[in-house]
Amino acid sequence: MATAFKETLNSGKFVVTGEIGPPKGTNLEKTVHHIDLLKDKVDALNVTDNQSSVMRFPSLGTALLIKERGGEPILQMTCRDRNRMALEADLLFAYTRGIGNVLCLTGDSITVGDHKEAKAVFDLDSAQLLHMVRILESGKDLGENELDGAVKFCAGAIVTPEANPIEPQLIKFEKKVQAGAEFFQTQAIYDLDNFKKFMGYVRGLDKNIKILAGIVLLASARMAKYMNESVPGVFVPQALIDEMATAEKGKGVQKGIEIASRLIKQLKEEAICDGVHIMAIGREEVVPDILAAAGL
Amino acid sequence: MKAKGAFSPDIIAFCCAQSAYQAADTAGSMRIPYPENIRVIRVPCAGRVDVLHILRAFEKGADGVLVLGCHEEACRHLSGNVRAKNRVQKLNTLLQEVGIDGERVEMFTLAPNQGFRFARIANEINERIKELGPSPVK
Amino acid sequence: MIVAERKPLEDIKEMIAGYKKILILGCGTCVTICWAGGEKEVAVLSSQLRLASKKNGNELEILEDTIERQCEKELVEALKDKVQQVEVVLSMGCGAGVQTIAEIFPDTPVYPALNTKFVGMPEGEGIWVETCRTCGDCFLDKTGGICPIVRCAKGLLNGPCGGTNSGKCEVDPEKDCAWTLIYRRLEQQGRLDTMRKYYPPRNFQAVIRPGKVETLQA
Repeated sequence: MATAFKETLNSGKFVVTGEIGPPKGTNLEKTVHHIDLLKDKVDALNVTDNQSSVMRFPSLGTALLIKERGGEPILQMTCRDRNRMALEADLLFAYTRGIGNVLCLTGDSITVGDHKEAKAVFDLDSAQLLHMVRILESGKDLGENELDGAVKFCAGAIVTPEANPIEPQLIKFEKKVQAGAEFFQTQAIYDLDNFKKFMGYVRGLDKNIKILAGIVLLASARMAKYMNESVPGVFVPQALIDEMATAEKGKGVQKGIEIASRLIKQLKEEAICDGVHIMAIGREEVVPDILAAAGL
Repeated sequence: MKAKGAFSPDIIAFCCAQSAYQAADTAGSMRIPYPENIRVIRVPCAGRVDVLHILRAFEKGADGVLVLGCHEEACRHLSGNVRAKNRVQKLNTLLQEVGIDGERVEMFTLAPNQGFRFARIANEINERIKELGPSPVK
Repeated sequence: MIVAERKPLEDIKEMIAGYKKILILGCGTCVTICWAGGEKEVAVLSSQLRLASKKNGNELEILEDTIERQCEKELVEALKDKVQQVEVVLSMGCGAGVQTIAEIFPDTPVYPALNTKFVGMPEGEGIWVETCRTCGDCFLDKTGGICPIVRCAKGLLNGPCGGTNSGKCEVDPEKDCAWTLIYRRLEQQGRLDTMRKYYPPRNFQAVIRPGKVETLQA
């Protein structure tokens, strides 16, 4: 039985997903608040997995919380902290609790996070994790043992359309497609001309792959510059950096919402891709504003 | 004339035959005074001086060591002076590990006719080592 | 070759504290090449330890020797007379050398003067870099001779990851992204199909540690 998210992906509707970043601790008050704020406004909510290698409340636990509150979770799984056995076990559990969407990631390196002396696992990479999901669905595990009780997932991955150089990234993308990725959420997009070229390549490859463009809210010209210069695979055109600079003091986020909603509108109206994935990074409160401004 | 009880440093000066040794000779023949406690050892090139020579000098009671070679670009053996400079730098670390002040060893460059420069360097090092006192490993 | 680095002098002094007669033993193979534990380094360490002892007013007699290879039982056995004269052997060989000596002379403490770092090669004068992780399942035919286990921060077999940044690794802007290097090398050789293949999960137990190899010479 397909998950609600899978059905939405196949329905032809412009898909919108959001993101929940779990807390660093057991105080779930804010988390619950954000889930309740967003669950009915988006088609599904990603839950990050020790994002940026910062230890947090687990994605599996938060996904359960989303389910309990009536939302549709997408479980993010990285290969950094768990070996193949732990990943398989978590998927078995997730399936039994109705968590049927999973985003397969390699994971950020240990050194960028807050446990800099920890052992990095990386038993698998994202392509191997996708393959693993399909192997589990066939009734076996990676040790070639028969499973007592099946699983079924809607599995996706990420892609960075502005990676430079782009060719190795596309080779990896094709491997993920062959491994069975049904949908992709992209790294933050700001230049739609470049993005259209990327989508041209994707449609040429396979018309059934669903691509959700990553939308990251800009809050200031400084943030726009930083993202352009320091975040791998993110390109912010000078025009947007300049536009952010025109914002009055204290009105940076407003300007960011304007830009984000404009991007979303264009993506939808021109049917450039299949939807958007909104990453508010600490500003979950304004996601409804972005959606409203974009007419969603 | 030495004051009674004053510290007279034992300083070894490794002098390159192509430059420093001749400069020392020049200083001598021109009667330019330099400290008599500086012992000149002639080497074919500053690059011949090994860190071991300097470490062993300290083992044998030296208070300071000079390595004197040709100016940059003037080395007859192409880069002996550069090697000497790098070795003295490395030596600094080795000496610090043992608790010997790196100021006790230095490399200088000079030309064969620089009698005055030789004397000036010798006097400078002598004063410096007198200030630092006897080697801590004597 | 094995690349090692001498321990800080303070650590070595602590190890041999209280001993009056020691043997400092160098090795003529890998550690000679990487300037860590050859005949020269033995002489320098001896000189430093004598100076340090003098400074502290301690007695210390040092015997020095260097053998061709410390990881060879017969070569180490030949040191019997020298070892019998001392209280401690301070080995300037790699970990394999230290353990061989310890095995042959179990009554004598054998201490390591070096930290054995990695298997690698010289990149420039005085610079050695790690190139092989001794994973036991060599992948180099598939990556144009560039090892992703060593050079990719995540050890990926299907790279690159999303953190690759203009050919550099997200972990360190000075570090090359191994998979970008692999892409360029395979492109140069007209072998990009090799990179397009999917590689299944690694066998992390390819070498059961401690490793052992038994062969007959041809």
